[in-house]
Amino acid sequence: MTTTLPAWFTTRQELAKARYESIPDPKRNDVLWRFSNIKQLDFSNLSGEAKSPDHTELIARSTGLVKPAAKFVFLNDEVIHSQSSLPENVICLSLADALVSYPDLVEAHFMKQETHLGSAKYSALHEASVKNGLFVHVPDNTEIVGSIEVHHWISDKGTVFPHSLIVTGKSAKVRVIDIFRSADEISPGLVIAYNDISAGPNSAIDYIAIQALNEVSRLIAIKETTTARDARSKTFILNTGSAWARNESMSRLEGPGAHSDMLSVSIPHLEQEYDQRTFQHHVSEGAYSNLLYKNTLYGRSKTVFSGLISVDENAHHTDAYQTCRNLLMTDDCEANSMPGLEINADQVKCSHGSTSAQISDDEIFYLQARGIDPVQARQLIARGYSIDAVKRLENEDAENLVLSFIDSKFSRIL
Amino acid sequence: MSLQITNLHATLENGTEILKGVTLEIPAGEIHAIMGPNGSGKSTLSKVIAGHEAYIPTAGSITLDGQDISEMSIDARSRAGIFLAFQYPNEVPGVSNANFIRAALQARLPKGEEIDAVAYYKHLYAQMDLLEMDRKFTARAVNEGFSGGEKKRNEILQMIMLEPKYCILDETDSGLDIDALKIVAKGVNAMRSPKRGMLLITHYQRLLDYIKPDHVHVMAEGYIVKSGGPELALELEEKGYDFLKEPAFA
Repeated sequence: MTTTLPAWFTTRQELAKARYESIPDPKRNDVLWRFSNIKQLDFSNLSGEAKSPDHTELIARSTGLVKPAAKFVFLNDEVIHSQSSLPENVICLSLADALVSYPDLVEAHFMKQETHLGSAKYSALHEASVKNGLFVHVPDNTEIVGSIEVHHWISDKGTVFPHSLIVTGKSAKVRVIDIFRSADEISPGLVIAYNDISAGPNSAIDYIAIQALNEVSRLIAIKETTTARDARSKTFILNTGSAWARNESMSRLEGPGAHSDMLSVSIPHLEQEYDQRTFQHHVSEGAYSNLLYKNTLYGRSKTVFSGLISVDENAHHTDAYQTCRNLLMTDDCEANSMPGLEINADQVKCSHGSTSAQISDDEIFYLQARGIDPVQARQLIARGYSIDAVKRLENEDAENLVLSFIDSKFSRIL
Repeated sequence: MSLQITNLHATLENGTEILKGVTLEIPAGEIHAIMGPNGSGKSTLSKVIAGHEAYIPTAGSITLDGQDISEMSIDARSRAGIFLAFQYPNEVPGVSNANFIRAALQARLPKGEEIDAVAYYKHLYAQMDLLEMDRKFTARAVNEGFSGGEKKRNEILQMIMLEPKYCILDETDSGLDIDALKIVAKGVNAMRSPKRGMLLITHYQRLLDYIKPDHVHVMAEGYIVKSGGPELALELEEKGYDFLKEPAFA
């Protein structure tokens, strides 16, 4: 980052550093860390320095959509490639550049929500340490055709703090896809990512995060979404990689007619652990939110889902739904679910629920009776299990990209 | 060339014997029907032939064109040429019909060999047209949200696509209205071949009006108690299963 950073930003970084140091480490008995593996928060093995692998090779490996509207490739939070065919009125550039070129615009939207779901300490660490990421600002009445595709590579024992700040003006539309990967399969890295998503009135933001880090890395991803009147936000998280991942996703519905979809597919195997915390916050009346999390667990893997729908006092006529489904592929995996509701308004429609199930013998029999061997039969069923969440992306290119990572994961599961 | 079932006994895991010595030969080119009251063991017989692991064969053998398939896995039996059309087909959420049938066909190919997608869809669409199935069914998840009739039609579509040597249709007619029954029968009749044997399991003579069997067997209490020509089905329709209780069959 250059010396021309705006004063507000450097001040916030200093304050955040102090905040990080003053907030105690999460404890096993903290409600917001219930069932979490607190040991994963010991980052002492990450003292090495991130090395820079061959850029050309990483850029070549940064494959995704056939024709993205814009494409960025980051290595350890530095831009190593960018291309764009976006309209001129759209701002889409690295956060480092945006802080210099559009400091006021960034300040207006940067980390405005309070972290509610347990990671205040790591939110502060991110704020104190963030160097780069992507800033997207789509002005009023501008619709971006296609998707903005962002590859985040991490190498060696690196710790990165990628930040995605996505803002739409009135009646604007954009889709952003973040893909997190490790440059190699053996180096433990740490990603502490933050997504600021702000959908202006009557606008639409689709945000997809694909987490396919190597299986010795760790990730904390905090997502703050605000959806204004008549706007629609759709967030999708795919977890296939990392040894441990903690996803905290907050969605704040700020105006009547606001619509938020929160989707996730996670496929842990071996000893992988995914810890998912969600908060659907209905501030305004007449808004809609719908959460669907699908987990397919193999080996001795573990998931934690804790979700809360909170309806504020005046948020009448709220529609809010929350569903977490777990498919247990082995006897040794563990799925923990804690759905919750807090309703302080009248005339609301809310539901929450969580299920855990195994594939029945009759289901396997049906596929085997068609000649499909039991291993493939189980994988077909497991893949199919995730599809309804993927289909809710309602964009064939994005769905196919997500499915390619899902298929890649299944190909590694025996 | 035949599907030969010899002195087949099978029990549930709790030891209850369901099949008590079934012997039946279905030569290639013939259609056999098995009728019988509820609980007689008809559906169990179909599942045991397909290899369902909830049933434990305790004696007897099943051979397919001379090859003993009794020890084969369920999927290996299917690939060897057995097809079971289910009475209650399972739903497979998230797996499209097209991908499901393609996976089943792919499972029959040598490793490394891929299905020609263009030829596959052309063939699939032609068979769907035969069964008067909307093309939208290719993208829909297998049996999910299908009506009873659509599920049965889908079973027949799979059967046609997989071209088995021996087809076992377990109460394919149950729950079908007459129009759906005619369509399903058209699909089954299109499969008739000197190289293929079929076993129809049904409660009702009605199915046999549309799919003419060469032989009819009556099953009761785990045995085949009577065999005959198509006229046996008419006799059952007329007299009901009570006539099996007459001294000759007791």
